[in-house]
Amino acid sequence: MAVRVVGPMAWIGWPTLLAILFTVLLSTPVSLLGLKLPQPVWPMVLAFAWPLIRPSMVAPAVLFGLGVFLDLFWGGILGLWPLSLIAVYGGMLAARNLMVGQETLFLFVMYTGCTLFAFLLAYVIVTVSIGNAPSLIATASQVLPTLILFPIADWMIQRFDDGDVRFR
Amino acid sequence: MAFRDGPFENIKVPLAWTAAVVVVVALVAAIVMIIGDRGTASGRGEAGPVRAGFVAVAGPVGGVFSAPVRWMGAVGDHIGGYFFAVSENRRLKAENEELKQWRDQAIAMKTVNERYEALMGIRTDPPVPMAAGATVQDTRGPFARARLIDVGATRGVRIGNPVLNEHGLVGRVVGTTAGISRVLLLTDVASRTPVLIERTDQRAFLTGDASANPRLAYIRGVGLKAGDRVLTSGDGGGFPRGLPVGIVAKGVDGSWRVKLFSDRGAVDYVRVLLFQSFSQLADPNALNAPPLAGLGSAPPPDTNEAAAITDATARRTAVEAAAVAARNRRIGEANAARATPVPSQAQPTATPPQQQAPPPPVTGQAPPPAPGAQG
Repeated sequence: MAVRVVGPMAWIGWPTLLAILFTVLLSTPVSLLGLKLPQPVWPMVLAFAWPLIRPSMVAPAVLFGLGVFLDLFWGGILGLWPLSLIAVYGGMLAARNLMVGQETLFLFVMYTGCTLFAFLLAYVIVTVSIGNAPSLIATASQVLPTLILFPIADWMIQRFDDGDVRFR
Repeated sequence: MAFRDGPFENIKVPLAWTAAVVVVVALVAAIVMIIGDRGTASGRGEAGPVRAGFVAVAGPVGGVFSAPVRWMGAVGDHIGGYFFAVSENRRLKAENEELKQWRDQAIAMKTVNERYEALMGIRTDPPVPMAAGATVQDTRGPFARARLIDVGATRGVRIGNPVLNEHGLVGRVVGTTAGISRVLLLTDVASRTPVLIERTDQRAFLTGDASANPRLAYIRGVGLKAGDRVLTSGDGGGFPRGLPVGIVAKGVDGSWRVKLFSDRGAVDYVRVLLFQSFSQLADPNALNAPPLAGLGSAPPPDTNEAAAITDATARRTAVEAAAVAARNRRIGEANAARATPVPSQAQPTATPPQQQAPPPPVTGQAPPPAPGAQG
């Protein structure tokens, strides 16, 4: 039986492309009965899952590029999402030894904390930069869809973690 | 000695450390980007080549996804129109009856208004051309509320142009490429729009905070009520006066907010007013020129003009000198009269009062005209 190699394309490349695709898809101006499509921060899943899967030099660089993509695509302050996503990645990288192998509920709590931290950071940056605080309700309307994406992060961790015994 | 034979041969840097180095570099780069973009937060630097290039690519991609949505919406409207034709007909008839009354009033008021404008000599605003476009991408996050529309600089769209849908103001253009423009919505945290309350003529700033109902800030005056209509004030020249914005409402946090008219309709099609500012109609160079600036570039006077100028200057100088001399003489005489004691009625003066010399005529004392001034 041949050994199946999990390369960077499998756990970095394809998830990156899918995150871009879903971000573009959910930015389509659709309105049904007055409701619009949710617009979660898809790269948050990757910022949480990638450091738990394995340390990598490519992953934070790609995450930085994803953040720049979000800022350019959404028309926000340049550097806002790169900073927030990399901050989450760095925090999870530092706590990696504590986090690996934890049960799903604990991971969800940590994912929630990471998401809230990233949004808090972005909230402060926007408030200071523009001089006007965004609505908390509007912020929650993007935080909640982002939290709902946790099963994808959990699946990625279960799927790709321990793929290489050198990282144990 | 080869590198592999040296002391670094067996050194293996942990992957976590190398990843941490990349994280630190990325953090520094992100902070630098934020600082570099701060100065353009209101317009978000859409004129920058990176953003413009990205928008030029993202716009058509968004158009590919939004086109089927518009087609499905058109199909849905067609089916709905078929099944609800009777009720729609009744509603439109009632609306038509109401609108007829408004039409008559509008015609009457337009006539009166034209007479007033003619009487007062008011210079009315010229008509503003428009460009229609479709929305191809919609950002609805708390930190950015914007749309990409499929009209750009080739259709005359420029940064700052107001954008409306069929119900009211949507936002303004903050970035353009040849075929795609980015519209900053009224609800964006960076959006500030000068508005007025139609009933009281109060002024305020419509300030977006990423919620559906932007806040009214810096309200001047009192008497604001829920239900008042809000229009653009035109202050500052960014928007023409009188564009419909929304209705005043009290927010749950106690602040005055505005329910936007533009939320009543679909978001797919918009109109861009190709408006900059009516100050564009005046020549700014002529307005900003210093007085008598034309003298610097005028040709030198010929002989006759020079003689006339010299003669006029000499006459004016002589008249001014005579006037000064007369004033000084009058002052001296007044001082002398004040120094002389006034005689009483019982003791008539022995000497008769001095005759006051009449002032010399001022006119007629100018020097003769310079030669050549007459001819």
